[in-house]
Amino acid sequence: MTTTAKTPTEILADAEAAHRAVAGAVERRIIICAGTGCVAGGALAVRDAFAAKLDTLGLRVTIALEYESPAAADVYLSKSGCQGFCQMGPLVTIEPEGVLYTKVQAEDVAEIVQTTLMGGDVVERLLYVDPRKREHCRSKDDIPFYQRQERTALKECGSLDPEDIREYIALGGYHGARRALCEMTPEEICAEVLRSGLRGRGGGGFPTGRKWELTRVQPGHEKYVICNGDEGDPGAFMDRSLMEGNPHAVIEGMLIAARAVGARTGYVYVRMEYPLAVKRLRRAVDDAHRFGVLGADILGSGFDFELKIMEGAGAFVCGEETALIASVEGKRGMPMPKPPFPAQSGLRGKPTVINNVETLAAIPLILRTGAEAYRARGTANSPGTKTFALTGHVANTGLIEVPFGATLNEIVYEIGGGVTDNAGRITDRPFKAVQIGGPSGGCLVGEHADLPLDFDSLGSVGAMVGSGGLVVMNDTTCMVSVARFFMQFAQNESCGKCVLCREGTRQMLALLDEIIAGDADETTLTVLEQTAQAVKTGSLCGLGKTAPNPVLSTLHYFKEEYEAHVFDKRCPVGACKALTPPVILAEKCIGCGLCVRKCPVKAIAGEKKQPHVIDHQTCVKCGVCLDACKFGAIVQGVAV
Amino acid sequence: MRVEEKQTTVDRETGSQTIGRSFEKVCEILDHHQRNPAMLIPILQAVQAEYRYLPKEALAYVATSLGLPPARVFGVATFYAHFALSPKGKYVIHVCDGTACHVKNSQGLVDAIRKRLGLSEDKHTTDDMLFTVETVSCVGACGLAPVAVINEAVHRQVSPQAGVAAIEKILESEEQA
Ligand SMILES: Cc1cc2nc3c(=O)[nH]c(=O)nc-3n(C[C@H](O)[C@H](O)[C@H](O)COP(=O)(O)O)c2cc1C
Ligand code: FES
Repeated sequence: MTTTAKTPTEILADAEAAHRAVAGAVERRIIICAGTGCVAGGALAVRDAFAAKLDTLGLRVTIALEYESPAAADVYLSKSGCQGFCQMGPLVTIEPEGVLYTKVQAEDVAEIVQTTLMGGDVVERLLYVDPRKREHCRSKDDIPFYQRQERTALKECGSLDPEDIREYIALGGYHGARRALCEMTPEEICAEVLRSGLRGRGGGGFPTGRKWELTRVQPGHEKYVICNGDEGDPGAFMDRSLMEGNPHAVIEGMLIAARAVGARTGYVYVRMEYPLAVKRLRRAVDDAHRFGVLGADILGSGFDFELKIMEGAGAFVCGEETALIASVEGKRGMPMPKPPFPAQSGLRGKPTVINNVETLAAIPLILRTGAEAYRARGTANSPGTKTFALTGHVANTGLIEVPFGATLNEIVYEIGGGVTDNAGRITDRPFKAVQIGGPSGGCLVGEHADLPLDFDSLGSVGAMVGSGGLVVMNDTTCMVSVARFFMQFAQNESCGKCVLCREGTRQMLALLDEIIAGDADETTLTVLEQTAQAVKTGSLCGLGKTAPNPVLSTLHYFKEEYEAHVFDKRCPVGACKALTPPVILAEKCIGCGLCVRKCPVKAIAGEKKQPHVIDHQTCVKCGVCLDACKFGAIVQGVAV
Repeated sequence: MRVEEKQTTVDRETGSQTIGRSFEKVCEILDHHQRNPAMLIPILQAVQAEYRYLPKEALAYVATSLGLPPARVFGVATFYAHFALSPKGKYVIHVCDGTACHVKNSQGLVDAIRKRLGLSEDKHTTDDMLFTVETVSCVGACGLAPVAVINEAVHRQVSPQAGVAAIEKILESEEQA
């Protein structure tokens, strides 16, 4: 593709026209969600089944729009990025009707083709059923999960073919970059982003425009832009979905950032667990080069920008910006004290902008529609929308996007469809806690159900937006175990550089283990809290500074639960094995007496051939009887 | 570090390629990255992709070729969880123990799989080099918790029973082969 004689507007208009012409020539489009969740559920087999079935009917099928040699096809079998409704995948949308089928398997394809494509009817059994109203939902717009969301960053993720740059352009892509490169000065770009109020989505919520301006004013010509795609929070996958579902939005955001600060080289640092994201980004970078929106003299503006993709190697701390920079330099990913900030001295000692994936993906929209339009959503101090990974004990798990200021009630009940029990059924019991912000975050409880969620309100209740993982927990969850889980994570991932984080997380983990094992005494909780405060104050980087948060937050809201473990040696929900005496299931016990003989403290009694019972006062919970019983009649870890 | 003759034989026994060939491959990888020390991590990733782990002599060779102290290369190789210094099994099972999976009983899944294969928290690979079982923190499919990844294929909503069933299936196919 040559870019010589055309103006930037023409280049983009041509791509758009090409897309419209080729896409318009195809009668039908079948969109198959090819996000990780749906692929795991068999989406690719579904696609193959469609291709085979349509082929036997003599229909011409294409799996990618052919621009070089447009041959008219009857059906365009396109794939999309994650559509968010992972629980119900694989998802298949039939256009132009917009019918959405859920949990589609290869065996269902023949019926879909017959009934919908040929007959113009819907296959009712594959439609989503709203569990509240018990109604079938024909399209996305009828499903409460989607109705209550406001998808902007994720809007295109569910329909766009992530490997088709022309479709991205046809939907308005690279127009923001064109405006930034051809019509604005770097100073104006920074000012516009600052005016939009966009705050970093990587956790800290630092105003992006300010960060860019700080970098822009640094002297020197060698500067860098880095996209932080490390997404370390276990239980979050928004960045993954964006990189997989709309890679060009990330690239365009980086291009605009580069122009704003004067960087010539950029890096996308992607977690190694995300191979598909790497593949899609690489493809997108190649396509962007061919279209002249990356490389030399971009869109004829005289501006050059190169982009490199780098895979991480499995270290949570590399999500921290200074550690990430060390990793890009080929070193161990250990954080450095700040200041100097990366904006002053980052990669190879040069000024560096480092932004989260979601932050960068919001940039094209801001440049395209303007700062004011962006501010129209969200709250005054946290404008715009935020994606969350909604997981745990909730009916509709998946990826959601809501404006800042949405409440937990809206998210858990209206979008999430309600709390579920351990078997996955919707229950009437309220959630016990919602963990937000991953290992650095805290928990929200019933009293926060109507709190408008944004950076400041969450900070004020000891939690944080963090990356945006929202883990709903029902009332069978032991909060001490949850705290232990996060502490184990932090302890594993502590890089070992500073003493307080390295030793403090180890100490806290040991204390939590004592509590769970029933070995804690009256001093344990005090020591735990003191250690937590010390680690919070004295650690070098954000990992250590925030690692105590889950402990402090659960201690605050669930003090009685800790005390029950410590003083009564009892786990109120019966999750901690060592604190829950074994019980004999009367219906399974045949009264053989083996456990009576094996019990070292003579806590079990009973008539022969009659169900036995355990005296919980005498029992030391050693578990010998569990191993002894041949009939599976003794269980431990269930509430008594 | 000294490259000991003994080491070489050990690795041969564990089934990796002979050292002569490995250096040839490593050389190719180094050249592909212009022997640039800043590219150490991608280089090690490529070496590991080739051998499924990082043989000690390959690390020493990489260090010498890049002009880096071996301690620096070992430091990097041991810092990142992705790098393995001992060979892994033919089937690598990553059971996710991220938050979303944890609250949906990923622990029960790991326990069941380990028990079936006679593995533990400290022993990750079966003696016949068929299976390696490790826990990872989130594979980004949290909506499908609990998740297990067997050689890059993501399995969704895996109950302990389903996990063991998947292993039985692999064992069966291995026996037939
Ligand atoms: C331990 C730790 C882990 C982090 N992990 C991530 C991460 O996975 N992704 C991310 O974007 N930011 C992460 N951050 C925040 C980054 O340091 C940095 O603030 C962010 O990438 C800046 O981008 P933003 O301004 O767009 O939010 C982490 C910070 C800490 C302390
Ligand atoms: S927590 Fe298991 S996939 Fe994210």
